[in-house]
Amino acid sequence: MSGFAVYTIGIVVVLVLAAVLCLFRIFRGPTIADRMVGVDIMGILFVGITALTGIIYKLDFLLDVAIVLALISFVATIALAKYLERRTLDD
Amino acid sequence: MIDSTSLTAIADTATQVAAIAGMNLSTLDIIGYIVIAVGVLFDLLGAIGLVRLPDVYNRLQSATKSVTLGTLGIMIGILIVEGFTSIGIKAIICGVFLLLTAPVSAHALSRGSLRFGAKMWKGTVIDSYGKDKLGGPQIETKEKKDEVA
Amino acid sequence: MRRIILCVLTYGFWLILTLPGGDRLVWIRHVTDWPIYIVGAVVAILAAVFFGGEFTHQPLSFLNPRRWLWAIVYIPVFMWHMLVANLDVAFRVLHPRCPVNPGIVKIHTDLKTDVAKAFLANSITLTPGTMTVDVDGDTLYIHWIDVVKDGTDIEANTKAIAAKFEKYLRRIFE
Repeated sequence: MSGFAVYTIGIVVVLVLAAVLCLFRIFRGPTIADRMVGVDIMGILFVGITALTGIIYKLDFLLDVAIVLALISFVATIALAKYLERRTLDD
Repeated sequence: MIDSTSLTAIADTATQVAAIAGMNLSTLDIIGYIVIAVGVLFDLLGAIGLVRLPDVYNRLQSATKSVTLGTLGIMIGILIVEGFTSIGIKAIICGVFLLLTAPVSAHALSRGSLRFGAKMWKGTVIDSYGKDKLGGPQIETKEKKDEVA
Repeated sequence: MRRIILCVLTYGFWLILTLPGGDRLVWIRHVTDWPIYIVGAVVAILAAVFFGGEFTHQPLSFLNPRRWLWAIVYIPVFMWHMLVANLDVAFRVLHPRCPVNPGIVKIHTDLKTDVAKAFLANSITLTPGTMTVDVDGDTLYIHWIDVVKDGTDIEANTKAIAAKFEKYLRRIFE
């Protein structure tokens, strides 16, 4: 196993550890707002994981996937926040 | 102080070490991978903050800042490693997009939480927003048992 | 006029997103890529027709070099504050007792345009210990992780939180 493989595996393991901490907050969170914060942060972490996978395997379409994931995560967070505010989605 | 010749020497040494370890890397690659590693560490710090800090707003604050800079660091590292190819350019577009949208999500979530009625931690000093808009500060009075302080 | 500029920007963005992949440093495209240009042009024109009304009202201010110069000056300042913010977060998170002293305070801004206010709010969110909760006209509500004194003095809060960005943003956006 080359040093580069060790490095990339280490980095992805650290990112997955961060995502697991977010999952802890999602399961534990006393209120629904805490869970939404966890979901938001986990979305951004997955964007980073996708982009890193893209350069490890030299697959450039994964960067497109990362951009779309960032977009969808943003829209989903806004929609959840509006739901939390008990409003309609049109403002 | 570090001057440019010693920096070059450090970079050469790093390249030789990398070559011994079976990697075929240039100086720019090494800088890029170091930037990526720093970004990943900031991501981890943000996640730890998400677990340790006491209420929604503090968690949102630490997590948003750290994770945004961490992911931006990953993207900048990818740009440094790949150069201005299609991968690098898409990575930096993704990073700038995150930099613009992550604060907006944090803002929407915090306002939503306040309107929803999520109480602030008992050690909170002042709540101007609750006083002005919601009829009284939204600060909890006694500590709950399952708070991770 | 606004629609034409929006169309050109959208088409440029499309060209960047559809850069051919692979190892070659490719800014040159193949002739067989022609469907990409056609589809991009159609989508850009449709976007300009439908969403041109949402675009900024003074598109020519994009071409003002002084604004771009101040924007380039602003980027390193902003990155520095962001790095300090993250070291601050790291200190608070790794400290055994999590030293936080939070609260929501009011600050007052002089910026007039909506874009400038939006950038001020985003900058405040990404810099040490502060997060924008709501914007109401000239007043911003800020969640501050380490309130100095009791946080009722609006002028002192403004000086501590927003003053370092306002002077740049005023030159960039107004």
